[in-house]
Amino acid sequence: MTTEVVDMITVVIDGFEVTVPKGTLVIRAAEQLGIQIPRFCDHPLLDPVGACRQCLVDIEINGRAFPKPQASCTIPVETGMIVKTQLTSTVAEKAQRGVMELLLVNHPLDCPVCDKGGECPLQNQAMSTGEGSSRFEGVKRTFEKPINISSQVLLDRERCVLCARCTRFSEQIASDPFITLNERGALQQVGIYENKPFESYFSGNTVQICPVGALTSAAYRFRARPFDLVSTPSACEHCASGCDMRTDVRRGKTLRRLAGDDASVNEEWNCDKGRWAFKYITAVDRLKVPQIRNSDGVLEDASWPEALAVAAAGLKATQSAVLVGGRTTYEDAYGYSKFARVALGTNDIDFRSRVSSDEEREFLAARVVGSSTTYRDIDKADQVLLVGFEPEEESPIVFLRINKQFRKRALKVVSIGSKESIAVDKLKAHFVKVAPGQEAVAIAAQSLTSKSVILVGERASESAGALTAVAALADSTGAKIAWIPRRAGERGALEAGAIGNLLPGGRPVTDAAARVDIAALWNTTSLPAEIGRNTSQIIDAVNAGHIGALIVGGVDPLDADNSAATLAALEKAFVVSLEIAPSAVTERANVILPVAAVTEKSGSFLNWEGRPRSFDVAVSDSLNRSDLRILSMIAEEIGNPLNLGTVTAAIKEIASIGKWEGARVSINSVSASAQPALKADQALITSWRRLLDVGTLQQGEENLAGTARCTVAVISPKRAQTMGVVDGDQLKISTQQGSVTLSALVENIHDDAVWAPRNSRGSQLLTNLGVVHGAVVTVVKA
Amino acid sequence: MTKLAPVLSAHWDEKDSFTLAGYKRHGGYTASVKALAMDPDAVIQLVKDSGLRGRGGAGFPTGMKWGFIPQGDNKDHYLVVNADESEPGTCKDTPLLMANPHVLIEGCIIACHAIRAKHAFIYIRGEVTHVVRRVNQAIEDAYAAGILGNGVDVVLHIGAGAYICGEETALLDSLEGFRGQPRLRPPFPAIAGLYARPTVVNNVESIASVPAIVNNGADWYQSMGTEKSKGTTLYSLSGHVVNPGQFEAPLGITLREILDMAGGVRPGHTLKFWTPGGSSTPLFTDAHLDVPLDYEGVAAAGSMLGTKALQIFDETTCVVRAVLRWTEFYKHESCGKCTPCREGTWWLVQILRDLEAGKGTEADLAKLLDLCDNIMGRSFCALGDGATSPITSSIKYFRDEYIAHLTQGGCPFDPVASTLFAGAGA
Amino acid sequence: MAYSDQDLQIMDSIIKRYPRPRSAIMPLLHYVQSKAGYVTNEGIEVIAKLLQLEAAEVTAVSTFYTQYKPTPVGEYHVGVCTNTLCAVMGGDAIFDSLKDHLGIGNDEVTADGKVSLEHIECNAACDYAPVVMANWEFYDNQTVQSAKDLVDSMRAGNPKPPTRGPNKLVTWKEASAVLAGLNDGLANEGVQAGEPTLLGLKLSKEGK
Repeated sequence: MTTEVVDMITVVIDGFEVTVPKGTLVIRAAEQLGIQIPRFCDHPLLDPVGACRQCLVDIEINGRAFPKPQASCTIPVETGMIVKTQLTSTVAEKAQRGVMELLLVNHPLDCPVCDKGGECPLQNQAMSTGEGSSRFEGVKRTFEKPINISSQVLLDRERCVLCARCTRFSEQIASDPFITLNERGALQQVGIYENKPFESYFSGNTVQICPVGALTSAAYRFRARPFDLVSTPSACEHCASGCDMRTDVRRGKTLRRLAGDDASVNEEWNCDKGRWAFKYITAVDRLKVPQIRNSDGVLEDASWPEALAVAAAGLKATQSAVLVGGRTTYEDAYGYSKFARVALGTNDIDFRSRVSSDEEREFLAARVVGSSTTYRDIDKADQVLLVGFEPEEESPIVFLRINKQFRKRALKVVSIGSKESIAVDKLKAHFVKVAPGQEAVAIAAQSLTSKSVILVGERASESAGALTAVAALADSTGAKIAWIPRRAGERGALEAGAIGNLLPGGRPVTDAAARVDIAALWNTTSLPAEIGRNTSQIIDAVNAGHIGALIVGGVDPLDADNSAATLAALEKAFVVSLEIAPSAVTERANVILPVAAVTEKSGSFLNWEGRPRSFDVAVSDSLNRSDLRILSMIAEEIGNPLNLGTVTAAIKEIASIGKWEGARVSINSVSASAQPALKADQALITSWRRLLDVGTLQQGEENLAGTARCTVAVISPKRAQTMGVVDGDQLKISTQQGSVTLSALVENIHDDAVWAPRNSRGSQLLTNLGVVHGAVVTVVKA
Repeated sequence: MTKLAPVLSAHWDEKDSFTLAGYKRHGGYTASVKALAMDPDAVIQLVKDSGLRGRGGAGFPTGMKWGFIPQGDNKDHYLVVNADESEPGTCKDTPLLMANPHVLIEGCIIACHAIRAKHAFIYIRGEVTHVVRRVNQAIEDAYAAGILGNGVDVVLHIGAGAYICGEETALLDSLEGFRGQPRLRPPFPAIAGLYARPTVVNNVESIASVPAIVNNGADWYQSMGTEKSKGTTLYSLSGHVVNPGQFEAPLGITLREILDMAGGVRPGHTLKFWTPGGSSTPLFTDAHLDVPLDYEGVAAAGSMLGTKALQIFDETTCVVRAVLRWTEFYKHESCGKCTPCREGTWWLVQILRDLEAGKGTEADLAKLLDLCDNIMGRSFCALGDGATSPITSSIKYFRDEYIAHLTQGGCPFDPVASTLFAGAGA
Repeated sequence: MAYSDQDLQIMDSIIKRYPRPRSAIMPLLHYVQSKAGYVTNEGIEVIAKLLQLEAAEVTAVSTFYTQYKPTPVGEYHVGVCTNTLCAVMGGDAIFDSLKDHLGIGNDEVTADGKVSLEHIECNAACDYAPVVMANWEFYDNQTVQSAKDLVDSMRAGNPKPPTRGPNKLVTWKEASAVLAGLNDGLANEGVQAGEPTLLGLKLSKEGK
């Protein structure tokens, strides 16, 4: 561990000495002393701009005074500096009052109907720094009241104080300069280009950092007063970035979610999905009471004891397996893991309810579980290599962090894939274009160093040999690997052993010592020693009659590439479904047990770094129970208790599992498949899920959906020319299973490939085509 | 009696003064040959020794500015010529470029050599189509003659209507393709200017003065002007005078001397107020006729030499109207970046409109002055400061006239009397 | 209006003037005005594409500068200086009379599309006050009558030539091309200087 040497500088502010690192701005040095200098444009994560002039203070350096007050948000401390803020300088005090009066000249007095009222920096600082009444008797600048700059974000230009936080955020942090300052002087205003709305994945941050009520969201507008809200620190359940969040609830209903402040993870930002996709929790069709399918095949409401008894009996009666989605909390995943082994006596469990491979399962056990690559490694990397991973779409805060380093020090980014993406463009990444399925060869050709970081997405499992190549590349160069799944719960589920080859704590199921560790912890005599089936093997085993019952939690059967087989298996097996809302699983389940949504329980996720992101109950009056609690009750009913009645008990038990020092699972090398021969009208499909799409957790938020990127099919200029297709023409992509017809977009993509979004409106490839990457599809002009 | 000393303007009366042939007839492009044979540092020293100071308004020593450019840093350096002449009353660079664009190009070649730059940009305001033509043609001709393109390239950049782009950092942002809003300083342009590279930004007249200095020597230039304000410069006389126009004279000449030469204030009228260097410089009155028009003299009398734009107003002019109009200008040209200037000019205009219309009370004058106090020195750049100058100086000298508007319930002046066409018979 | 290959070639040559492409945004906007007469959305999108910018970034720039027009102006765009000095010396009267005479207000265009009117700020010709600009060419020492005659000549299709400028007044679009930095070959036309410019020199030669 190296410590960075930082020069420290001592300055005097209002008579008090403070010692701060060189480069610290005066306004922040003052904060160290508890001296609050009013400010609007200043934001610690944005470049200083000195525009609002609210933070003027008097400064002298080594006895030489500046002739006029200076903006403390733009001036770094210097040795010999003496600062007098509004507290000790009448000049600074008058300057600040003067600026405040001017700021209010054109600000409407609509605080009583403004969403920001009660938590408004302008309101607060007008109280602390302003006069009781204004001397302005003239005419205020007026604009048309709020205009939609996207379907989600509204702009009230009359309220804007032109601090440019929003435009600077969009440019400096998100690299989405879709909003800009337009016009000039007092008519200057924030705006969009009229034909292109503010459809940035990060637009919500501008609403949050707006120091007035100029930017508001359709989702929260006119919904509440800040003082009516109960705020709870929380963690985002959407992706594996691991954002710290704040959930604001009024009378049992979540009204708003904000980015929390965690310098080591999301800094002060989050993505629009994390901010606004929470209505699924309050969607009208939430499951409330247990249901049992009667002898006529009809679901009936049941009491908890009755439902638990039926579930336990059904699971106990036959060979059972566990399918648990990638969205459970770490504690719930631990519950499923222990349930499989203790209650059902099987290793047939897999959290990967998606396209996956055994190569991936070995890779996760060999390279990922227990590993600790972090955001800080990105900060320090000499190069970042992206494999099967679109950071902006699949882990947006990872994108922001790479972008920060790109903007700060031109961090080199290399992306291996078939289609150039918007993020690749924004990061000026070196794009290594390969045919879908041929990633392994390109990975092997990369030159990295021990300071490089390989960011591997879950889609790497869709290309044979890719993960083998990643492991080999890391071995030969010393580069660090970070596996970044798309869902928030996958890393936790891996650590919890909700997978067939691992027990909790990264212990291989085939290792006797590992089994002894866990068996002792669980107070059981033995644990199954065979590697369990993976998701598709479990499905196949059900359909072949080897498995008779399934317990399924948070799984969407349509997320797999064998969805027909999955649905058949669900029909065939005795299914116990732990769910929050009706789904394709509950439709086929024998017992449905409603569970708590993430805001209704405590727990944690492990983000891609493996860092715990814990959260407390935000909606305290919910009667819904966690998966863990329900699993415990079923296990008790079965007669093999888990002794995990509460999340706290699970946390305690997990904490007692030591680090695994034994041998790790090794990877059986897999090489790339040969590229299939293609006819003229054939291409290899490739796809990814967009951040905003028709995912289940985004239901009920149409304003957010309105900002999604449009659904297109992408082909290369060469293919377009051959086909006689131009942008906007209709393209039909088909397999034996079905087809999608989409608007064409000619872009930088491998000539052999066609790209479509995996799960967007009009393009749900898993159900429409049954393939998502590397398979042959037919592409014709529709 | 100070004598006029045409140097820049010496040959403007020749019909082809703007052509390459016209320029060469009087030794054009010999100074650059001479300078290029010199060590760059020696050129900087020569300009330092000449005492040349920036003619864009601030009067910063030109040679010293060049000396700030880091040497041997293996970075591109740039020269940017500020030809965005827009300060109300200022009209010297525009006729200079129309009559003799080549002298600027030659100045660019010499300055580039001195600061080790290969690239010069001339940022000219966009509202002067024919001047743009002349400069563009001169650049083309200089390339065709091999004068440019052999070590120095000059690019003409044409503005599009924004006074603020005369502020050097706003000009740089504009030249880089952004909104012309001033930048934070530091870093100063000498360290991180155009494209974040060391950059010198000079006024047209400053750069155009360099060839003559190279050809005639520092001593010659030093021999003109006053103790700290050396050389000759263009004084632009406009307004209620018999003969307005350009007067190139040694620094330190007085308005009385220039007015005498120009035939005085228009017949039958008397001087009421004037600006020494554009509307951003505090007003003077007939009490200041003998103030030496050099940097120190004007400052000592409470104003600034600025661009030497001598706008003359006689007693028919309502000072409230004049000041209101300038204030409207600042409001129109405020870039919008900082609060005091953006909101302050919005408010100032409203108060002044009321005062001109005779609405309000004497307390509004106090409010006006307090407002100026909250803008002056609080704004991001000098535009806000400049906006307050005409207001505070006019209230200082003509407070009674403001009050008269209030007591009479309107403007006591007949606007027709101050027009040029009414003037003849008045 | 589509941008032809030739247009795109010219735009490319404008970009190549600069070490960094973004610097070309202003001349490109002038160029767009030379094609369309004002800043069209199509023009903004073409520039954005050429410079690899967001259209919003181009809009931000185009709306900052007053010479870029969001709506069409006349074939002859007339600017009357109403900054203090010109206003006092007759600019206000000229502007008012032109409004009456043309029946249009500030920033408006005559129905025939020939003339548009704008009150402008100081145009660096104060020694020629009151000043009127047409397509940014100088019309010096104007009176109410001379200004009316000027706009009448424009509407008749035979505009009077500028005082200090080419022999014939070019159109708004043609002038915009000049402001895009394109050479129209007219630089050598017109006087090198007007009388006021030469006054000091003349007096000096007389011994002053």
